[in-house]
Amino acid sequence: MHELSIAESLIKIIGEEMAKHGLTKLHSFKIVYGQISAIVPEALETSFEILTIDTPFAGAKMETEVKPMVVRCRQCGHEFSPSLEERVIMPCPQCTTELGHEIISGRELYIDNIEAE
Amino acid sequence: MKVDVVRNILEANDAVAADLNAALSARGILTLNLMSSPGSGKTSLLERTLTDLKDEFNMAVIEGDCQTENDARRVAATGARAVQINTAGGCHLDSSMVRDATEKLGVDGVDILVVENVGNLVCPAEFSVGEDFKVTILSVTEGDDKPEKYPFIFAESKVMILNKIDLLPYVNFDVNRASGFARSINKDIEIFALSATTGEGMDAWYDWLRRERAKKKK
Repeated sequence: MHELSIAESLIKIIGEEMAKHGLTKLHSFKIVYGQISAIVPEALETSFEILTIDTPFAGAKMETEVKPMVVRCRQCGHEFSPSLEERVIMPCPQCTTELGHEIISGRELYIDNIEAE
Repeated sequence: MKVDVVRNILEANDAVAADLNAALSARGILTLNLMSSPGSGKTSLLERTLTDLKDEFNMAVIEGDCQTENDARRVAATGARAVQINTAGGCHLDSSMVRDATEKLGVDGVDILVVENVGNLVCPAEFSVGEDFKVTILSVTEGDDKPEKYPFIFAESKVMILNKIDLLPYVNFDVNRASGFARSINKDIEIFALSATTGEGMDAWYDWLRRERAKKKK
């Protein structure tokens, strides 16, 4: 749903970066998003395609990379990535404490790089 | 050629939100982003809070809905200042909309500003609107596994309000289970179980408001 407004922001940033480097033809771009960022990459890709119809960016390919959620155990400080099954009760591999860990990463959404000429 | 960018896609919204928060904070205003599914009790909570605390704080509200001015009218009936944003189908408020609304509202003398977001447990969590804290309401008729199903909004929130506790005898809602899920995703989340309709449990919520507002005034 809001992937459309995210795609708008994305296109604006790509435009700024291309202007900065004097580039005119966009081939591809890479998005990095966190495991719990609530982004649906297919929706983002579709939104990008829709918004770039008949524009210079039309046809550019989107690559994605997912960053796993990383938490820091509230008991012993050990950092770990819970498995997909362990998303609510997350036993620390070091001390087995299950709840209340601090989320260090997993919520990000950024454009990593572009391929252009 | 490959160009490294590494820019947060939501940076434009975040920049406006940061500026707005700085401007509101400079005036000592505590700003909250109130979120939940449709029908969880955001407006009812505000009606009771605004009524009970009207002699203590000058509170103002920015209402967000796809359509209608219903909520702004309900809030204004308590005597508080309110403006309505209609998104015409948009699923969340963003910081530009809220910034424009604060200008329309006028925040002179306001102690606490509440932005009541569009009813939605997904999208609003991603968009800062200039708030100090996000407050998410989960009502006991919605199922106690919602923090597990919608982790992002609860991970981002400072407060989870479990509303409609007067209905607990009639639903299968385990308060400890919902609280446990929320704490596993957010160790610092404050949880207040209350009923905006009967008034039960409101004191802990009011005390939190008082504490946080006092911190802003310093």
